[in-house]
Parts: sequence; C-alpha cells; structure tokens
Amino acid sequence: MKYVLSFTVNGQPMETLAEPTTSLLDVLRDKLEVTSPKRGCESGDCGACTVLVNGKAVPSCLTVALTVAGSEITTVEGLVQDGQLHPLQRAFYEHGATQCGFCTCGMLMAAKALLDRNPSPTRDEIVLGMSGNLCRCGGYVQVMEAIEDVAGRKYEVKAADTRGGK
Amino acid sequence: MPRNEGTTARPARHEIRKPESAVNVQTETAYKYIGKPTPRYDGIAQVTGTNAYVDDIRLPGMLTVKVLRAPVLKANLLNVDVSGAARVRGVAAVISAKDVPGGYYGMYGDQPVLADREIRYKGQVIAAVAAVDQDAALEAVEQIKLDLEELPAVLDPEEAMKPDTPKVRPEGNIWSFDGGPFRKVRLGDVDRGFAEADHIVEGTYTTPMQEQSPMETSCSVAMVESGDQLVIRSLSQSPYLHLRQLSNVLKLPMNKMRLVGGNTGGAFGGRFEIHTDHVAGLLALKTRKPVKWRWTREEETLYSTHRGRWKFYFKDGVKKDGRIVARYVRTLHDTGAYTGMGPYCVEKNAMMVAGPFNIPNIAIDGYCVFTNRTPSGAMRGFGVMAGQVCEEIQMHRMAEILGMDPWEIRFVNAWREGDMTATGKVVDNVGAIECMQAVAKLAGIDLPERLKAMSSREKRG
Repeated sequence: MKYVLSFTVNGQPMETLAEPTTSLLDVLRDKLEVTSPKRGCESGDCGACTVLVNGKAVPSCLTVALTVAGSEITTVEGLVQDGQLHPLQRAFYEHGATQCGFCTCGMLMAAKALLDRNPSPTRDEIVLGMSGNLCRCGGYVQVMEAIEDVAGRKYEVKAADTRGGK
Repeated sequence: MPRNEGTTARPARHEIRKPESAVNVQTETAYKYIGKPTPRYDGIAQVTGTNAYVDDIRLPGMLTVKVLRAPVLKANLLNVDVSGAARVRGVAAVISAKDVPGGYYGMYGDQPVLADREIRYKGQVIAAVAAVDQDAALEAVEQIKLDLEELPAVLDPEEAMKPDTPKVRPEGNIWSFDGGPFRKVRLGDVDRGFAEADHIVEGTYTTPMQEQSPMETSCSVAMVESGDQLVIRSLSQSPYLHLRQLSNVLKLPMNKMRLVGGNTGGAFGGRFEIHTDHVAGLLALKTRKPVKWRWTREEETLYSTHRGRWKFYFKDGVKKDGRIVARYVRTLHDTGAYTGMGPYCVEKNAMMVAGPFNIPNIAIDGYCVFTNRTPSGAMRGFGVMAGQVCEEIQMHRMAEILGMDPWEIRFVNAWREGDMTATGKVVDNVGAIECMQAVAKLAGIDLPERLKAMSSREKRG
C-alpha cells in the first residue's frame, strides 16, 4: 500500500509515493534522485546518509519516509546558495577535509546542525556533535579544524546568540 | 591527499595552526608545488555532492541484481535449479555457472565467478538474478533450488596442513611456491647463529581477520553500448588488472570492454579484487540492459576479501648486549578457500618479517594455507603489517628477558648504512634510528644520551 508523501526538499515542495516501510534515504536517492546522502551501512551506524529534518540531523536510512510528511529536508544539494559554497563546504575544501569523499556529505550536514544549534562549540562539543559520522580514510583532524574555523568566524558575527548546544 | 603542513600560501581567512612537530618542516620554499597547498581536483565536487559514485548512477531501464550465496562452508554442488526464479514477475535473467562463458578470475586465476560443481566457502556466489526492482530480485533468489552434498570443512590453518585433513582444494591445502611448500628465505646460517647466542627467545603470535570496511560498499553498473561495447562503471583499485581478468571470464577481447573508474568511496586494498564487475557484466551482456549490483554492508563485511589471519613462530638467538645473531620465522597465512592475494602477501611478508634490523643469520618459512573461509586479499601493506606487529612484540619480549630498555634493543640492531636485508639487499638511505629518535621526542620520552648520539650513517664497529 502506497501513500502520498508531501514535503519540502531543499526549499522545493515535493510529492511522491512511499510505502510504510520505505526509508527517507530510499525516497531521496531512488525517487527524487537526490544522491548526496550515501548508503554506507543502512543501519544508522556510519552517518553517511545524514540529512536535516527541520534543521535536526538524522540518519535518513533509519527514518521512515512517511514520518517526515510536511517537514523541511535539507541535503548538501541545498547548501549552495546563489552559486556560493556554504562556509562549511569552503572550509572542508580548503582544509583538505575530504579524502575518498563518501562520508563528506553526511559530515557536512551533521556539522551544519551542530553549528546551527551551537555556533561556537568547543573541540569536545565538536567531537560529540560529529560522533555519529564515520570516516574510514581517517581524516577527522581536518574535519574538526574545518568546523572550528567556520565556528570561529561565526562567533565574531553572532556573539550574542552563541549559548546553548549540548 | 597529504596534508600540507607548514605552508604559508593558504588563504588568510583560514588560518591553520601548524601542528607541533619534532621534525623540522620546511616552511619557505622556492618551488612551484612543494610546500604549497594543492587543493583536490575533485574537492569542490566532493563538498557539493556532485561527484557520482557508482551507486549514484541511474540509467533508464536499469535492472537490480541480487544473488544466491552458499549456505554452507563446503559441499558438492549437484544441481542448481533456476527455473522457478526465472518465472518470477519482473525477472529479466537468472545466471548460474553454466552461463559463464570463460574461465576463472583472481590474481592467480583460480576462482569461478559462480560456484561450479563445488562450494568452498560460506557466502560463495552460486547464482545471480537481474530484475526490475529489488523485491522481484529477492523473491527470485528465494525460488532458486540447490541440491547439495555437504562435506566436512577445514577452518584452522594448522589443521589444514596435516596430511589426513580433508582437502579444501583437490590439489591440496598448501600453496606451492616454486615447487616447494613455503616461501623460503635464507641468509647466513641460523644454526650457527643459534649456537653463538647467549639466549634463545621463542614466541608465537597470531593476528585475526580484518575487514577493510570502506564507507562505500561494492557496486558495479554495467551496460552494453554501441551495439557490442561492454561498459562497466567500477570502483576498482586496479582497472587494468581487472580488465584482463574480466576479458578471461567474459570471453570478450579487451577492445570490446571499457572499465570506467574514478570515484571510489574508500578501498584500503579491498578493491584490488573483483567483487561485482564480473556478475554485473555477465548480466548486462545477457539482458542487453543496464544493470546495477550493489552489496549490502552485511555482504561487504562477510564476503568481501579481507586481511587474512596470520600466525608467526619466532625463534631468536641474541647476545647479552642485545645483538640478534640469528632469527627464524615460520609464517602461516590463512588465505581462505581461494588464493585471493594470499601468496603475494606471503611473499611480501617474508621479505619484511625479519624487521629493519641487521641480523647476520636469517631463515624464513612462509606458508600460504587454504581453509574453507572467505578468500583473503590485500589490505594496507599486503601482509607486511601483521608481520611487523608480531615482530615488534617479539623484540619487546626479548628486551624484557635481557633486562634491557626496549628502545635500546631496537637501536642496537637497527639498520646502518650498508647493512643487508633478509633477502640480501644492501640498504642505503636508511633512517630507522633517526625515525625512532623523532618518535621518542614526539612521545615525550627522554632517551639516554648514547641512543640520542646514534646515527644510521655511523659505520658498524
């Protein structure tokens, strides 16, 4: 039995059919051809499929698609605005925080969710915030540095609203 | 991409802290590239999610592949009945061993694409289905009927070497190196060395299986283009090696095949073996439609090639002052049911297992043994790492037995300029001592002055 699923993906209203067992990852990749969330483990362990649901980072492989009806989904495809890279994308690129690149899109979304709720995290808070995302090439240091770099600049701009986070 | 430490040409708004380093890093350079940051050519594509990995490829009419894997470790495969599977709605093709036109694959060319007459390890692929979607493919796989005669399996390599153990392969359980049962390395005379020694130190060490676990699981997309050109989008680490093997398996000349690589979501040696290209290619040729075969994480972990198990027996003859005068190593590598890269790993291991030390008398017996386990393969160093880990534990134990500083025993024995390796190579430009000095400094260990004063360039007295 298929149900109509209406939601927003990277600002675009979308409508598609999904079964109660279909994951959000399958809908994004197979139905909507949004391929930046990757299939790494399909069991919520690796974080390569991380997307934002109403701003919160979730593993899309474990998210039942029909539960996000009416929600706003953001993937890496939605980070580029007016042809400009998001500061996190720029920082990941410049820090060499990508190697094989398979975990990168999930990392970027987890980092965005982290900085959105805690714009000036400590190193420990970054480690905790990124703990759901695995990189097998072993480039965690550059990822941390890239996020710290972006957080540093953000802190200068928005010093007033930097409380919160985990 | 190597990190560009100590560079000065990064954009100012991304101030990068220079890591604390015990080693002097050149910070200023007159070179065009050396010491300058070099962004990845595909870095922008990676951070924008626009670089297509094989699983990101979508083609009109593309079929999904699922396979039937061996449910037991070892069996005679009497019959494979795919007639029920072929009748499932949405199934385009079902193939078994008789549909493979050519020979075997693998670096040593000994593995059938689809199990033929016998099963040698659990999870070996027996038959493959291409269907319109995953549900139809899985349903069809369930309809394939097997007629098996299960046989006793061998899982322990020591057991496998005994003469009365059941044979994993008709030719026996031990790989033949140039006609002998092991890779033989000899330098000097170990028996004379042991006689000269003050102490004999023995040790047996094992390392377990290890999966490369790349973030991306094995995946291929295959299609027939321009009438007769087979194109495979592959995540191969060694496309030309694989092109040759695929040519043999598919009975296609290489000019009728194109292997397209590029984006690989991690490999670590795991992509030195063909996992999905052969079956995807066969099914594309049979259906004349694009097909995709992607492994689940479970399949990747259980059935892809991995670092095989190793066992080492060390016997060292050592003088009171820490000098090793003789070293014997018996190496046992469990390569699984097919060679994978086992013999090659044993060769490289034999070359390195005596360590970066000046030992005048060395004997190494490197065995490559077959068991009914998943075939082993390359992983980060082709068998060298497992040997080095165990060899270093042996060094540590030897220091304890002699009552010696574990740093000192390594410094005393480390290669100097002009020393000889186990295989008779005279070493030049060695830096083991300088490397250990740098490591000690980074680890905050204050070495004794006499070790600090040592150099790889000094002549042996």
